[in-house]
Amino acid sequence: MQITDETIDYVGILAKLELSEEEKEQAKKDMTNMLEYVGKLNELDTDGVEPMSHTFSVHNVFREDVVVNGDDRENMLKNAPEQKDGAYKVPKTFD
Amino acid sequence: MSKVYETVIGLEVHVELATKTKIFCGCSTAFGGAPNTHTCPVCTGMPGSLPVLNKEVVNKAIAVGLATNCTITQNCKFDRKNYFYPDNPQNYQISQLYYPICRDGKVEICVDGKKKFVGIHEIHMEEDAGKLIHDPYTDSSLVDFNRSGVPLIEIVSEPDMRSAEEVIAYLDKLRTTIQYLGASDCKLNEGSMRADVNLSIREVGATEFGTRTEMKNLNSFKAIARAIENERERQIDLLEAGQEVVQETRRWDDTKEYSYAMRSKEDAQDYRYFPDPDLVPIIISDAWLEEIRNNQPEFREEKMTRYQEEFGLPEYDAEILTGTKKLADIFEETVALGANPKKVSNWLMVETMRLLKEKEMDADDIQFSAANLAKLIQLADSQAINSSVAKEVFEVIFEKDIDPDQYVEEKGLKTVNDEGELRATVEKVIAENPQSVEDYRNGKEKAIGFLVGQTMKAMKGKANPGMVNQILKELL
Repeated sequence: MQITDETIDYVGILAKLELSEEEKEQAKKDMTNMLEYVGKLNELDTDGVEPMSHTFSVHNVFREDVVVNGDDRENMLKNAPEQKDGAYKVPKTFD
Repeated sequence: MSKVYETVIGLEVHVELATKTKIFCGCSTAFGGAPNTHTCPVCTGMPGSLPVLNKEVVNKAIAVGLATNCTITQNCKFDRKNYFYPDNPQNYQISQLYYPICRDGKVEICVDGKKKFVGIHEIHMEEDAGKLIHDPYTDSSLVDFNRSGVPLIEIVSEPDMRSAEEVIAYLDKLRTTIQYLGASDCKLNEGSMRADVNLSIREVGATEFGTRTEMKNLNSFKAIARAIENERERQIDLLEAGQEVVQETRRWDDTKEYSYAMRSKEDAQDYRYFPDPDLVPIIISDAWLEEIRNNQPEFREEKMTRYQEEFGLPEYDAEILTGTKKLADIFEETVALGANPKKVSNWLMVETMRLLKEKEMDADDIQFSAANLAKLIQLADSQAINSSVAKEVFEVIFEKDIDPDQYVEEKGLKTVNDEGELRATVEKVIAENPQSVEDYRNGKEKAIGFLVGQTMKAMKGKANPGMVNQILKELL
């Protein structure tokens, strides 16, 4: 399966990545390789097999509805490139 | 001859679940905290943090699903919906696409005496986003993640509604049902219930649907009704002018009573949903379902029937009292304290409703206790206070939830039943109003009303009106 230039451009837009021509070529190769690798699975008959979403057979991991976190704003905002009035400051964004 | 059109409407309703903590972390969901004071690495999408599902969210989602006659997906999962926006710190929203927790439900609505079912396509669980505040001083946006991770359910209806009235009946049905469950307070104006309206039109009799638009930013039943009417007209005008309806998302501006296009289908986002690898599957056993089924409360329809049968209330009373859970709760608590059901109903339907309307409040904002209403009814029943004093005292109860026994005592509002005192006052009133006395004696029966009024006034409204009447008639 070959990844086209259009696909690479589209994936770039979705991921908000600006790629140079060389990077695009490399990404095309890498993605083609990945798809060929998992494409192997298409050789199997998977009729009646439930799609798997997790590799471990674990289910129902829950929390009780109890507040355990307090106000840690000071620490949280240390990760913000810019802040103002206790909030993360970002470029103007419209709804 | 002009064509006759039919409006086809489906709704997407988001409801904020009333849990103490967020859906995937132990941060508080309390409303109104200072920005970012209810946040942690999970709800701000820090690398390496892991979500753990709040069990109460699943319980509440199942309860809503059962109450709306859905089939519960006993093996369900969460998926990631990918998009970039500053209010979405993970760059994906955890939601459910492939296995939503509830499917294929229906609720019955009634408009103008006509009953019909509105189908529910699905209900899924998801997390809310943060809030963006525009900062005019720096011309930037400020992000508050306190709402990020607050649990939501999205209830997606089938395109079964045909008018604004049906839409409002459906929303009202969802709201009372969910309020009765205690799963949410469902306030449209505060955003704990949000409705997006999908609307298309077609000629009556057509079997295919027309192209639909989605309307957002509807914050009240009135706005919803206006937006539906407006969009219906807009689409009809387009078709009549030989143009086509474009599939797009529109934003309603309620002050201008006008909507504008936000984005069309062409630039619709590609969300690339996939199962969330951080969250393991949820398997809902029959026993778990049964437990929730057994704990379902009495819903509005059942309450209406019971109020009529058990308390002998008229259907009209039952309908109003059960309109909100709050009113029904106060009614039942007051009756449980021994008050006469019809009297409790009257206080709630007449005086309470009047004051709510006057003060522009919702029934949910009621502050007074059943105990004080019961005491007031007792005071009035025993004729310790007369009916006009009772109304005055009720206003104070409504306002400040005071103890009426104490209040009546302190303010000296007890009805005067002392015959000597009443007689003395009546005699004085007769002496001061010879004209009315004359009129009455000449056969103008109504003149006695004036004299009763004067006596009540002289006694500051506290006289026993029955006794005043009796004494007046005797002396005249």
